[in-house]
Amino acid sequence: MAEEKNLVEVSHLKQYFPVSQGFHKIPLKAVDDVSFTIKPGETLGLVGESGCGKTTVGRSLLQLYKPTAGRIVFDGDVLFDSGEQYDANGEVICGEDGKPVIKNPVKVNMLPYRKRMQMVFQDPYSSLDPRMTVEDIIGEPLDVHHLYKNKKERREKILDLMATVGLNAEHAMRYAHEFSGGQRQRIGIARALAVNPDFIVCDEPVSALDVSIQAQVINMFEDLQDKLGLAYLFIAHDLLVVHHISDRIAVMYLGHLMEIADADELNDNPIHPYTLSLLSAVPIPDPETARHSHRIVLEGDVPSPLKMPTGCPFRTRCRYATEQCAAERPILTDRGNGHMVACFNK
Amino acid sequence: MSEEEKYILQVKDLHTSFFTDNGEVQAVNGVNFNLKAGETMGIVGESGSGKSVTAYSIMQILAETGRVTQGEVLFNGENILKWPEKKLQKFRGEKISIIFQDPMTSLNPVFSIGWQLIEAIRLHTNKTKKEAWDRAVEMLTLVGVNEPEARMKQYPFELSGGMRQRIMIAMSLCCEPDVLIADEPTTALDVTIQAQILELMKDLQKRLGMAIIIVTHDLGVIASMCDEIMVMYGGRVCERGSADDIFYRPAHEYTKGLLRSIPRADNMKEKLIPIGGTPINMLNLPQGCAFCPRCANAMEICLREKPDEIKVGEGHRAACFMNVKEAFEEKEEA
Repeated sequence: MAEEKNLVEVSHLKQYFPVSQGFHKIPLKAVDDVSFTIKPGETLGLVGESGCGKTTVGRSLLQLYKPTAGRIVFDGDVLFDSGEQYDANGEVICGEDGKPVIKNPVKVNMLPYRKRMQMVFQDPYSSLDPRMTVEDIIGEPLDVHHLYKNKKERREKILDLMATVGLNAEHAMRYAHEFSGGQRQRIGIARALAVNPDFIVCDEPVSALDVSIQAQVINMFEDLQDKLGLAYLFIAHDLLVVHHISDRIAVMYLGHLMEIADADELNDNPIHPYTLSLLSAVPIPDPETARHSHRIVLEGDVPSPLKMPTGCPFRTRCRYATEQCAAERPILTDRGNGHMVACFNK
Repeated sequence: MSEEEKYILQVKDLHTSFFTDNGEVQAVNGVNFNLKAGETMGIVGESGSGKSVTAYSIMQILAETGRVTQGEVLFNGENILKWPEKKLQKFRGEKISIIFQDPMTSLNPVFSIGWQLIEAIRLHTNKTKKEAWDRAVEMLTLVGVNEPEARMKQYPFELSGGMRQRIMIAMSLCCEPDVLIADEPTTALDVTIQAQILELMKDLQKRLGMAIIIVTHDLGVIASMCDEIMVMYGGRVCERGSADDIFYRPAHEYTKGLLRSIPRADNMKEKLIPIGGTPINMLNLPQGCAFCPRCANAMEICLREKPDEIKVGEGHRAACFMNVKEAFEEKEEA
């Protein structure tokens, strides 16, 4: 059997934001050279500390920001390509004048693709318009993409969607503020589902919810995936939640991918020193394990992305760091079974 | 020493209400607990369970609309609720300190770190400015702040979240209190920083020997930190016991549901079992058990009566009629 086609392919994605420092503008490298793929119906979990650029990856992927460089392919169609060429070592190929060679840059109109890729936002309190009823919130994507013939069909579709996410029909005429956090997140999910997408970027969809409500929403994501064959990019900082929902997990640190592997493989057999300490830092809700576990406590804080360390971004907090780590940046290499790690020493 | 004197802090039948435009909100309804010196107790519950209000009631730092309507808070046997404000000011910080959830907003942005630390020290001791400065630097070193002398001159916005939380801890410990209340101390922090702060708190407890009350919604934090755990829902204690009791022998339907609904190492391949329904509306408390509208096994009596805490094991109590179900069934049959 031929290898299943990738639904999403991201390669060498870079997203820099200009930041003023006095009279100068310097780039804040929020995402720097990130590559990954997602297959149809698959969940890729993206974890990392706050400020590591995981939300930016999601947003750049949907082109809510214009990426600085890179290539984004969705279901065989190139959505964005800045046109840089890369050699086998992942280095940009430069011309004789020292500037990168640009070939065939691509930028497409995203509107038709918005029907196929959607997003669920982190904060269910600020991502819903307080002046719109639930019916209008869920109906808006239908309006934008002209997905109904008459008012009756629109209403039917909306009620269908509300039933899918477990909201009652009588909620349709209410406003967002009348709902609890969990219910609001359901409204946000119904809105994303309205256009019948293939792929949803879920940006911390459960972190604002109470523990007892989280499980309801996680289960709903899993049920919807089984029913509709959705692929997710599931961004979160709670590693236990990510492990539960994801098929594969990518670990990010300061705008770089450190490790990608199968969810169980990453949990049982983490290789990168950052992943190791991240996993050991997770408080396990089990007193027996907690008594015997040994935390690898990382010293210090994440460096500012404006003063990125040379070479490996993690080297300032890594206990295995060598001179090589300061001199060059490790790239992701395959350690078998698609377990990719970016580290020289492990 | 009598039984009573052993405890450094005792809370007896605490009721706290907020008087809002929409009516009285009974945030805490009859909470009891005893805390020994040097012990770590965890209060766990979701938002609106009354866990933070319990902590604020002990410190007497409730918002203006809030009032303790009933009950006692005994510190070394003295009821602090009867104390005048002057005495309370001395008491806060010196005997009991609190660390708040959000290190971003609990420091004053217009004063330097040093100014704020020295203020706290000089308020409670007769130290001169120079001595207070030295003490502040000593505290910053204790909580693992690098270059403490330089940090003293910096302002809160110049520091990261983890660093600010360390400063909050240094501030709350500078008078060596007997009890430290940590209200969601790590919720706003990343896991790696959370691990640093939790290790720091454990280490400081060993060195300074204070009792700690950790208020959190994170069962993981509770499991790794606490000797005693109190689970709250709807302003009442639903279960209390040792960490092993709560995690391995839960006796209240809410605790059981909570444990089933979180992803753990052993249920990664299975579906989570969520607790149905929505969190409780404190303006509209049910007549019976607060958890009963969301409880899958609710019985008729749960709708009518509030369950009392029943002993289910040594030092393990739960307020749930399910534990005495057999007794009820026998009574009904007879």
